[in-house]
Parts: sequence; structure tokens; C-alpha cells
Amino acid sequence: MAERHFVPNTDKEYTKADFTSDQMVKWCPGCGDHAILAALLATFPKTHHKKENICMVSGIGCSSRIPYYVDTYGFHSIHGRACAIATGVKLANPALSVWVNMGDGDSMAIGGNHLIHAIRRNQDLNITIFNNEIYGLTKGQYSPTTKFGQVTKTSPYGTIDYPFNPGELVMGAQGTFFARTLDCVPQLSTECMTRAAQHDGTSVVEVLQNCVIFNDKTHAAITDRAVRDDRTIVLEHGKPMLFGKNKDKGLRFNGRQLEAVTIGQDGITIDDIMIHHEDTEDAGIHMMLARMGGDLPVALGVIRNVKKTSYTQLYEDQMDEQKQKGKYLTMDELLNSGDTWEV
Amino acid sequence: MSQNQIVTKEDIVVRFAGDSGDGMQLSGTLFSDASALTGNDIATFPDYPAEIRAPHNTIAGVSGYQVHVGNHIYSSGDKCDILVAMNPASFKSNLKWAKKGAMVIVDIDTFTDEAMEKAGYAADPFTDEMERAYTIVKAPISSFTAKIGEQHGIDKKTTDKSRNMFALGIIFYVTHKSLDHTFAYLERKFAKKPEIVALNKAVLTEGYEYADKLEVMHSHIVEVAKADSMPKGRYRNITGNVATAWGLLAASEKSGRQLFLGSYPITPATEVMVELAKHKSLGARVFQAEDEIAGICSAIGASYAGALACTSTSGPGLSLKSEALGLAVMTELPLVVVDVQRGGPSTGLPTKTEQSDLAQALYGRNGEAPLVVVAASSSANCFYWAFNAAKIALEHMTPVILLTDGYLGNGSQLFRIPKMADMPEIKPRLATPNDPDYRPFRRDPETYARQWALPGMEGLSHRVGGLEKCPDGPLSTDPENHALMVYNRQEKVNRVANYIPEQEVTGCPDADLLVVGWGGTAGALTLAVEEMNNEGKKVAYTHFNYICPLPKNTGELLRRYKKIVVCELNNGQFAGYLRTQFPECPMTQYNKIMGLPFEVGELKEHFTKLLSC
Repeated sequence: MAERHFVPNTDKEYTKADFTSDQMVKWCPGCGDHAILAALLATFPKTHHKKENICMVSGIGCSSRIPYYVDTYGFHSIHGRACAIATGVKLANPALSVWVNMGDGDSMAIGGNHLIHAIRRNQDLNITIFNNEIYGLTKGQYSPTTKFGQVTKTSPYGTIDYPFNPGELVMGAQGTFFARTLDCVPQLSTECMTRAAQHDGTSVVEVLQNCVIFNDKTHAAITDRAVRDDRTIVLEHGKPMLFGKNKDKGLRFNGRQLEAVTIGQDGITIDDIMIHHEDTEDAGIHMMLARMGGDLPVALGVIRNVKKTSYTQLYEDQMDEQKQKGKYLTMDELLNSGDTWEV
Repeated sequence: MSQNQIVTKEDIVVRFAGDSGDGMQLSGTLFSDASALTGNDIATFPDYPAEIRAPHNTIAGVSGYQVHVGNHIYSSGDKCDILVAMNPASFKSNLKWAKKGAMVIVDIDTFTDEAMEKAGYAADPFTDEMERAYTIVKAPISSFTAKIGEQHGIDKKTTDKSRNMFALGIIFYVTHKSLDHTFAYLERKFAKKPEIVALNKAVLTEGYEYADKLEVMHSHIVEVAKADSMPKGRYRNITGNVATAWGLLAASEKSGRQLFLGSYPITPATEVMVELAKHKSLGARVFQAEDEIAGICSAIGASYAGALACTSTSGPGLSLKSEALGLAVMTELPLVVVDVQRGGPSTGLPTKTEQSDLAQALYGRNGEAPLVVVAASSSANCFYWAFNAAKIALEHMTPVILLTDGYLGNGSQLFRIPKMADMPEIKPRLATPNDPDYRPFRRDPETYARQWALPGMEGLSHRVGGLEKCPDGPLSTDPENHALMVYNRQEKVNRVANYIPEQEVTGCPDADLLVVGWGGTAGALTLAVEEMNNEGKKVAYTHFNYICPLPKNTGELLRRYKKIVVCELNNGQFAGYLRTQFPECPMTQYNKIMGLPFEVGELKEHFTKLLSC
């Protein structure tokens, strides 16, 4: 089966300004969404897709207002259903570059079913999850990603819900692309989003985003400048998994699990450090990487990116095949098929 | 057979009943197909349980299929002239559907002590009294079939599956029909299994010959009148669900918009999706979604992207789609929602028919969320109403709910095949790329419909969504704007009435009683009124297919009658709807909520009572 690309490209050189809408951005000052919007606006020119072929679909929540702030076609839909609506948009017109933007509650609570099935199908959708671990627009209730034990308005004695790790969820649903980035590093976000756009199939980019009002500093333990280099690792395909300010720390597999080691200590050399292969079909290592935290640095960058024929291509191949060899090509033919008789 | 007395009848009702694995739906279909091919008008009614294979020989597992054939056929008939009962349970549960004096053919081999006990018979059911009330034919169907199986060297399990052919053979004999059509079907169906073709043909023939040897049959042979007043043309047999699917396909071809169906399996609507899934060559894009909500949401997405978008469901599914329907109302996108109604509430009676989703279709959304509701009234006209629903959706930029029901959807009827060239035009309201005057919610002054700008069109990028917008497109929470937009959306639906025909009345012109019906009950109501008119009773009849908006002359029409009775298979939802709009018209109700269609007999009885008081 020949690989096919359905979204037309253009030679036109767009800039960020071409995608900036005239609407006033109404997120709270200091909200991480501003930086994500900026990263997204920087991504579109890099995709070289025709502007009129870009379609944003969102659900409900602070992050889901994003289509209003991007000058493309956009659909601000209903809570949890963005994936389902996007699926219809892409099926009806595969030439569209379809972007789905959702928050953690939107995508993994009310919309959890649509998310896992969108991922399982591997239709060519670009999904971005703004993960601030809280319900912001309804003012501070715990979400499916809120840290265990956290006190929120609806968990005054601490949550007793075990949170989802979106990366684990994506891989559990047979996801073919997963990347993670931080709202405060827009260059990395743009890099992840651009790679996501290039991926044929469902891509999920999780952005760890700060809700300055209802869950401020929820990611601070890894995002603060003072600790970021030691608490996060940016994975790059084909390169050793190094982190730390001086890139002297790395990850290795000790036969049982991943561990963080320091080059030069206990006889560790660069050769002991694992090389990141984003394209390994088996998701085992990717799953481990996505789960890191605690003693291990949180993985950022493209964690998984494997080739698997997309639902979009399989669908279009079937459509084309049936149009070639299908039994009926007009309604008159179908209406008069089978047992008929003249009165 | 030539020495036999053959009686000619205007119509005949045959009911096949058996265990749910006994092939009764197939026997019924083959009989109705053969009848249709030989010039009879037909209507069928499958009456089957929700379980696929309930415990063998129990009442719960009985599956029935009623076929009405003859000259003028409006419905599947009240009670049957011939009942086939393949086991004691089906005999027990279906005898109530047999006319007094009906011929009842039973597979006597199945009436073992054990099976009779399972069916709840304490003693032999064939009492003298019963033998006097019916012509009971105790046919040894199982043993005869088994013998043929042995002769063909075919195992018992496979052989048992062709018992229905024996029964069908008997029916073909008593209805004086040839076996040829069924032979051809078997040859087609089992082309790769010649031994199965041979077995089934032999069993079918044996049933036919068995009947020929039975003296009692000779005085019961019926020649059913052929349909004499059907309009000329090419005909086929079609079920309501297939007709619905084809109507949507026809609308897609006519409008030039690709058909998209996003659906989730649900009884009794699934066949709409199953049928459309076959037709990729006609451009049908079918998506089996992960749930009902994704079904409609994917359709809304497809509509935004420019498809003729549809979703098909039944009552519980429509409930799940409510919020998304509101989104379709708000975004003013064309959408067809097919609701094949079944008994409710909740899971209710999944395989039985009812008209109880009307209120949900009309009102089941948050906010002021008007949309268009239409209803099909026969299995065959599901084609035209599906086409029509799509035409209204595309030309008026609105969601449309098409109500059919289990009776129409599963039932079948003769369908006069239209020529696509004769079907009405459908003109979607597409915007023009780079139109500087395009505004998302700018309206056509006649219809109040907005224009449809599709992603991919240059220079028209815009945002839609569930939040209130102003006519130019951006969000607005302005009080006056909200009032205006609510008014506009309502007015757009109201103005559909300017594009639909006036409501018509049939029957006695100076009637004392007006019978009102809507949707799938047209067959029984038409026949009841027609028969009463023939008896000289002053009854008129009006049947609604356009539910919201109603035809413009509805009030004027209703006001002409002193007595009105609104008949429906629910507790009075249409009657209540009419009363709110025409409080000046006194209306009584006739309701039935048993999961079953109306019977002509019960309707006539009720109308006669109304006339005398």
C-alpha cells in the first residue's frame, strides 16, 4: 500500500501573524495557555499546509477557547466531544489538517471514551492536551490528572482518585505518537507540535500547563528554572538520554527498571546510557519513559513516534477501491438492482 | 391439484411463528418476495424477541413474521388466516393472532411432553373445542425433514435448519404459488454449497407435496387477488430501514454532497448503518462510532466539513444525542437524525414498535432549540422522507429529525422504483470562496437560513461553536443579540412551512369525525377509515408527516370538525402538541402502548363508538 498524504501544501511562506485572529484573548494574565497559543501559531507556518485547510476543533474549558484566537477554520464544540467532532471533520474531508485541543478534564474525564478510540483508530488527527491537573473554568475542582491527595474544592480532605498519566493512556490505547512539553518552553512545544503534524496518524502532545489561579505551580517541582534541567529530560531520537545542567546525568536500564545515573560515577560512561529510539514498535520502553517522575526526570520531547498505516489512509484506500470496482456507481443502478418487476 | 376448488380472496394474512432459530423471518421474507413477484401487493411485520436465541422451546424465544398479501394492502393485517407454529411455545403465544376458523399448521413432532411443559401446557392443547375453532393441520415436519436429510447424507443439525422450508412448501401449496422464486433464492444464497441447495429444495418440495396429499388442504386453497390498481412502473420489495438508507443516498447524489453516516449499533435502527456501509462505491462514508454521542458528533463534524451528514438511532440513543443536537441547532449546520422508534422508556421493548419519542424529538434539548421533525408513514415512503429530511436540512441549514419506527423499519412493502431524474433538486446553501461579504450567521431573507462555508474554502475562515454568536460571527453575550438569535433560529424553522405542501384530508367530505394520525400508523388508520366510509359512516382522515413545523393550514383544517380523535402509539404526545397550538379544537385520543401496531378492528370499534355519542 503506497503511503499517501492528503493535506495539500503550499509554497507560500506564512508567518505567525497570518494565523493570529482579531479576537481579544481572554485567558487570565499569566495563564500557561498564552504560551501554548504562541507555540501553536509558530507551528502552522512550519507545517506548510494551506491556511484554509487547517481546522481547529476544541471541547469545553479554558483551553478550548483557542479556536477563537487562531485565524483558521475552527469549531468550539461541547464538553468532551472534540475528538468525535474532529473525526467527522477529517473523514468528510481528508485534505484538512485537523487539530484537536482539549484540557485534562475535557479529554480524559468526560471525553475519555472518545480520546482512547481516536488514538486506537490512528486517524490523522493532531491532539494537544493542556494538562493543568485541575478544572479551571468551573473554578478549581480535581480532574483525572490531579495529584493523589491534593486538596481542591471538591476534595476538601484530599483526593482519593488515582490520577491518569496521559502518556500511559495513549500507549495503552495503542497510540503511535506521544510527545510531552512544558508551557514555559514554547520552542520545545513548537518542535513537538511540528513533529506531531508530520506524523501520519493520531498524535498526542501533552503540554504541562500552569493554571495561575486554581492550581498555581502544580508543575513547579519540574518547571522551575532552578530545577528544570535536573528534573526533566528532553529526549531526542538516536541520541543518548542525557540530562542535567551539564548533561552529565543519564538514564540506563538496569535489567529491572530505568535508573538515573551520573557519568563518571561508579564507573559509568556514556556507553552505559540508553539511546532513545522513538520508533520502536513495542511501547514498553516508551511507556516506562512516559511514566517517569519522582526519582527520575520527567520525559519531554517526542517519546513515541511509530509508523502504522493511518485510519485516514485505510479509509481512503477502501473508498477508492470501491469506486473502482464497486457494483453500483449511480443510485439508478442501486434502485434497480436485485429482484424487480414491471407492473 | 386441478380437481381442487380454488377460492379467490382479496387478501390473506399468513403468520410464521417458531423458535428464534427456526428461520421464521426467512420463511416470511421468501413468501412475501414470491408473492410480490407474482403481482400481489404486500406488507410484512416481523415480531421477534430481543434475545438472539432465548432458551429453546420457551415462550420468550418465539419469533414471528406476519405477511399480508393481496390486492390493496395498507398494513401487515390484524389477525392471520394461516398460522404456522413450529413448536408448542409458538403455538401457545401466537394462537391469539389467528382468526377464528384459521388454518393452523403445527409441527406435531415437536409437541413432546417436555416441550409442552416448557410452553406451559398442562395437558394436550388440541382439545375438541380447539379442533372445532380452527382447522388444525398436524404436520410431521421434523420427522419428514429428518428423513430427507438422511437420504441426502446430511447431519441432523444442518437438516434441522431446513424445517422452515417444509412449512413454506405447505404455504406455497395453500396459496397456490410456485416454488420457483424460492428455488432461485436457494441457488443464489448457497451457490457454493450445492448439497445445501439440494436439501432445501427437497424439503420445500416435500412440504408442498405433503399438502397436496392432505385432503383437508384441497378445500382451503386460496388464490389471492393480484394488485389491480398499482401505478405502472418498476417495483421491488423494500424494508423501511433500507428505504431510509437509500433515501439518504439519493439525496446525496442529488445534492452533490458526499453522504456521511456516524452511528452506533442499536435495535431496531442498525440496518440503516449496515445498508449504507455497503455503498462506498456511491460515496457513502460510514463511521461506526464508539458510542451514540460520537455518532452524532462525528456527523456534526462532517457537516461542518461539507458532507450531507446523518446519524441513525433509536430512543435511548436519541437521549444520548440530545446535547449534541443542541450544538447542531446552535451552529445551524445541516444534519439528519433518523430515529427508528421502539418501545420505551429506557431500554424498554427494543424489538417492539412505538411512537413515544415524539416529545423527545420536539423538545428534548436544553435552551430554546427548535429543529425540524418529519415522520415517515410506510416502509416504502421511508425513502422519500429520508430524501426530504436531507433536502430540508441542506436547504434550510438546520438539523432535521426523521421519525420512523420498528414496524416501518423492519417491515417491508412494495416500492415503486423512482428515476433519479424525477427526484426533486436539492440546492445546498454553499458560500462562495473569497466572498468579502460572507458572515457566518448572515441569513437569507426568505428562509432565514445561513450560508455554508466549508473548511478548505479560501478566504472564509470562521469559527462556529456552542456559545452564542452575533450575526457577523464573533461571540456575543449581549442580551438583545441573544433574543434576536433565538428568534432567528425559531423563525428559520417556522419558515420551512412556506416550502411544504398543505395538509390533506381523505374520506367522507362532510364527516362528523376527523381521525388524526401521524407517522407509522397510516396503514391501519387508512384502512379503518376506508372500510367505515364503505359502510356509509361519516369519517374523515388526515395523516401528518410534517410534524414541526406543521403545514400552514393545520389549524383551519382541524377547526372544520366537531369531533377529532388523535390516534397514536403512545400516551398522547401528538395530541398534546396539537392542543398547545390549537387550544380551540377539542380533541380526544386513542392510544395504544403495547409495543404493537394498531389493528383495524380496534380502530373501527373505537371510531364507531365516537360517532354514536
